[in-house]
Formats: sequence, C-alpha cells, structure tokens
Amino acid sequence: MASLKERGTDAAVGLFNWVESRLGLIKPIVAGATHPTPSNNASWWYVFGSAATVLLMLQVVTGVLLALVYSPSANEAWSSLNFLNHNVALGWYLRAIHGWGSDFMIAIVLIHMVQVFLFGAFKFPRELTWIIGVLLLLLTLGMAFTGQVMRFDQDAYWGLGIGASIASRVPLIGAPLVHLILGGPTIGGATLSRFFTLHVFVIPGILLGSAGIHIWLTLFHGVSDWPMPGRLVNKATYVKEYHELAETTGIPFVPDAAWKDAVFAAAIILAVMATAFFFGPFGPGGPPDPTIIQTAPKPDFAFLWIYAVLAFLPPSIETPIMLVVPVLGIVAMLLLPLLNGEGERHWARRPIAVLMVSVIAVSLGVFTRLGTYTPWSPIMNAWTSDPVPPKYLHGRSALEREGAIVLQNKQCRNCHSLDGAGGQRGPALDDIASRLTEDQIIRQVLQGGGNMPAYGNALNPSETKALTQFLETLRGHDLAPAVDASRGLTRTSNLTVPSAPEAK
Amino acid sequence: MPEFLKHPGESSNDSLSPEGKAAAHSRRTFLFKLSLLLNGVVGTVLAVPLVGYLLGPATKKSSTVGAWVGLGPAGSFPVGATTLVDFTSPVTSLSDGETGKVACWVRRISAQQFQVFAINCAHLGCPVRWFSESKLFMCPCHGGAYYEDGSRASGPPERGLFEYKYRIDGDSLMIHAGDMPTLATQASCTEKSKPLVQIEPAGTHAPITRSNPWQA
Repeated sequence: MASLKERGTDAAVGLFNWVESRLGLIKPIVAGATHPTPSNNASWWYVFGSAATVLLMLQVVTGVLLALVYSPSANEAWSSLNFLNHNVALGWYLRAIHGWGSDFMIAIVLIHMVQVFLFGAFKFPRELTWIIGVLLLLLTLGMAFTGQVMRFDQDAYWGLGIGASIASRVPLIGAPLVHLILGGPTIGGATLSRFFTLHVFVIPGILLGSAGIHIWLTLFHGVSDWPMPGRLVNKATYVKEYHELAETTGIPFVPDAAWKDAVFAAAIILAVMATAFFFGPFGPGGPPDPTIIQTAPKPDFAFLWIYAVLAFLPPSIETPIMLVVPVLGIVAMLLLPLLNGEGERHWARRPIAVLMVSVIAVSLGVFTRLGTYTPWSPIMNAWTSDPVPPKYLHGRSALEREGAIVLQNKQCRNCHSLDGAGGQRGPALDDIASRLTEDQIIRQVLQGGGNMPAYGNALNPSETKALTQFLETLRGHDLAPAVDASRGLTRTSNLTVPSAPEAK
Repeated sequence: MPEFLKHPGESSNDSLSPEGKAAAHSRRTFLFKLSLLLNGVVGTVLAVPLVGYLLGPATKKSSTVGAWVGLGPAGSFPVGATTLVDFTSPVTSLSDGETGKVACWVRRISAQQFQVFAINCAHLGCPVRWFSESKLFMCPCHGGAYYEDGSRASGPPERGLFEYKYRIDGDSLMIHAGDMPTLATQASCTEKSKPLVQIEPAGTHAPITRSNPWQA
C-alpha cells in the first residue's frame, strides 16, 4: 500500500515539476504569498484592500454574466434589463449583486483609503502605492457613473444630460466636449455605445492593470507596519527598520495574517448577496423617453452629495467651482504623499489629518442625506394633493377663505409648506404673519426676492388682496403679528409733542 | 544586458575582443534606435486616423447640426397658453429608440407671436415643467424657476430657458432643432443676441427688463 501512496505522491510532484519548469510562476507566487510580514500588522484594520479586490472580482464575474443578455443599444437596453429582471432565471439576482456590489465596492475603497490615510501608510516608501490608489478610486467612481448609464432609464438619461451640461460649461471647448461625450448632438444610441465601451472595456482594463500594480507594490514594499506614536518615518532609515521588524517579528503573510483577509472578504461577499437578495436590483426606472417629463431625476447613492452641492452653489461662482475644485481636490490627493512623505504616522500625532477626515466624512454624509430628500426642489404635485388644512380655515372671513383658495390654486405649496405638507424651497407659512407685515408680504409676493419668483403677473389685485388677508391670519400658535416699527410715527394725530425741557 | 537574459553560449559575440564587441554593439544599438524611430513614425501615422475617428463627433460644427421640424398647425396652439409638444429629433438615427424623441414648451403670445422653449433647464439640463396657475416653469432637480417668457425667476440657473428659433410656414409652426440644448450648444444654434451667461448682479433681485404691472 505504501508503494501506491509513494507512487501517487511521486506522480503529483512530477506533474508539479513539469508545470512549474514550463510555467515558472508557481514558486515566485508562493514565495510572495508566504513572505514574512511584521506581526503587528496582522490586524482586522488591514483587511479592506483585499476585500476591495475580491469585490472587483465579483463585479467582473457578474458583469460578464450580465453582458450575456444585456443589449447595449439605446432602443433595446431598457427592455433587455426588464427581460433580465423578469424573464431570465436569476437575472434579477445577478443584477442585484452587480448593483449592490458596486455600492459595497465604493464604500470599501473609501474605508480602505481612510484607513491608509489615518495610519500614515501612504508615507515613504509607499507614495506610488497611494497615487495609484487615488487612480483606483477615480476609476471605481468612473465605473459607478458609467454603470448608472448602463441602466438606461430616465435617471440615466437625465444623468447624462447633467454630465453634458457640466461639460458644456468648460470654456472654449464646451460644445465639442459635449459632442465628444454624447457621441453626437443628442443623447442617443451613440452615447450608450460609448459609455458601454468605457464601462466594459476601457475602465475595467485600466482598473485591473492598476490594481495589479497596486498589489505588486504592496508585495514589493511589504504591508506597512502598525504605526506607533513617536516612531517617525525617515527616508534614510525606514526601509532598514522595516526589514529588521519583518525579520524579528515576521510571520508568513499566508496563512498567519491572510486568514483575517479571507474571513472579512467572505463576510463582505455574503453581505452583498444578502442585501441583493432582500433589496433586489436597482430599477430600471421609467423608460429613457425624454418626452416623459413627469420625473425627478436623481443620481445613484454615491453621487447624491454632488447633486446636493450643485443645488447650493451660487449661480455666479458655480461654473468655476464645478470645473476647478474637483481638479484641485484630485491634485491634492495625488501630491499628498510627495509633500508629506516623512515623519509621524500615528493618527494621535496628526490632528489635522483626523480633522480633515472628520470634516470630509460629515460633509459627505450631510450632503448625501440632503440629496435623499432634496429640500431645495419644489414639490411638483403639492398643490393638487394637499388642500389648505381645515384648522387654518376656522373662524376666517369669506375673503380670508378666498385667499386660502388662491394659495392652493396658485401652487404656493410647491415651495411653501403648511402644517408640514408642501415644499421646503421657501419658508413654512404657518407663522408667516408673525414674521412679515402685510406690506412686506405684498411686496414679497408681487416682486419676489431671495429665492422667490415674482407673482405680479400671475395674480390680479383681488387675488393678491385675498391671499394677503389669508396669510395675515397665519400666526402659528397665536404669536403676535409682525409690526412695522416705524408705523407708529405715521399716526400723526396720536403724536404728542415731546416736552423737551422736562426730559433734561 | 541583465543577468537573467544571458544564456551561456548563445551569444555569438562572446568570443569577440572588446573592440569587436564595441563595434557590434554600436551598430546594433544604432539599428535598434533606428527601429524605435521607425515605430515612432508608423505610430504617429497610425494615430492620425485613430484620433480622427475618436474625435469625429467633436469636430462637427454646432451651427451645421439640425434642421427645421414641424410642430403641427399653428392654429392648434391656443393664444395665451403654454403647451407641451413632442417631436422627433431631426438628427436622430435608427439606434436611438425612444431617446430620439424631444419635448418642448410652445407658448403662443398672440396670433403670430410664439416662444418655443427647450424643456432642458439652463442649469443642468433636467426637464422643466410648466405651472399655468403660478405662471412658472419649475425644475425638479435643483429648484430652478423661470417666468412664462422664459426669463430666469430664481434658483441656480444663470440665465433664462433656451429658446428654439421658430417660423410660421403656411399654417405650420416650425422650429429649428438639432443639438441637445446646453450652455455651449444652445437650442437656437445661430442666435448671437443672447449672451452665454447672464448672471444678475448680486442684490438686484427683481428683473429690471420685465414690464411688471405694479411698476409705474
């Protein structure tokens, strides 16, 4: 029996030697995988990069499978997605995994980046690793945007329109740039084709190549050691110190450190599968028919914050900010390791870094939250659905009630809320009379101002009178009406001549 | 030459004298450089059609794009009303499907006077909707608002709505359409009278040029 076992082992070794002597890759890969890494970085904090790689693989596999059915043609794409959802066995689930996988990938890439930033792992000698990492982030976001276009529905159509409108603001080459992006004068078949090419060939090619270099650099320089307060990075000594650390405390990366990566990657894949199962695929929404204008286009989750920022920029500086700030931000990220490649790595000794991460994270969170309910947008159907609440009609005169009808008919609640229902573009009107006098209300309604359009052309004098009278009754919980401080001075009959000598 | 590429006995100049090696080396180096130059030239020549193909859509002049399209008999638009009209883009091709359709807002001011607005908001191109009672166009994306004559009322847009050139051909209302209207590719392609950017100076909220009934 032993001889049989020996023969089996011999055959396996022989096969391995035959392959390896011709391939020459197995031994270097094994050596790379088992290289000694400082034991202090075998941490749960170091699992995000490998998880991002695993998610990229998931996206490639599910993307290839979706491409078996998807038709990248403007007049078939939307139907082919519905076909995938409803007629192809498990097509909905593949779409869901691909869609949720994209959201997870962006999240993990961002977490990975924050971890590397806070741990100071971008410093010497890993500057180029960070720079390629920034490129990988941009490519990931590029995949997300072009992927949103693949879901060729209303949001994708108008999202392309927003992209083209931003491009049209570039000075001098705006028009050619729009045509280059759209592949023609309008959004259409050529547009979808070129975004398909970007999403399926160009960006994934660059992404996979860059990720390969990124991983090679991690092997080449070793996984960064755990930062310690006071242990400074010095270009003259760091490499020597790192190698000493790896020799004295080193453990083989595979399996002693990599098992945590493997466990986390499995958990993430399971999380993607679960969210995909419970929440299903994204859309497609309405068909990409630009004559259906009853739509409120919105970008995917990762771009909601940009959508929100674009609502708040003042018109006069919007174009410069739109075109310049992203460039500055990217350049700053690229230059970071070159300008700050030495010194302290530990977050406790880098308060500005911690502050930057906090401010950026809170800002992104706030703008994303705002993007989910768009308080700056008029509620397009508020006037048809919500009559003025009855409690605002009790004890009102006929003229005031007429004003309430004017308020509803003139669609004031597209932008103003009453009793919590209506738009948030303008202030709530529940206590308007405690803040504005009658004259101020008339002026504001007829001439507009601030963010309010002028209604002088849309209201006749009797409508204006009724509306103002109604608004004058809205004083919240019986707050005092607003008064014009100078009004008393105009009642000359009540004025008494101040007796000057007595006052002295 | 790197160590790992050197196979003993394979190199024919191992036996040569240093001078001979130098001579061979210099000629091979020269030929190699020549081959690089050759590839550079071929690459440049190849790049011309490749880049030209890639930039094809961008090199078309905006003013040559588009054509006149009919929106239907002028009599079908009531005077004083603003109505949504669909038409098929004159620049659409077979593969465009539904995206070849276009919508526009037609405002009939008087029997012979029209205004035809693009539905695309001048801010970022979302479809604006007309609210006849408040006499405003409103945008669902970032809250841009326009008056009935298309001028900017409030919100982030820098200017009024894009307008198509129109003409009455017999009984038919015709507009000139082509490019998707953006700040760089405006709907009425050749109209020079409208500046690209009309930012109101800060502080003057009320549009000065409008004839408002309450202004004396």
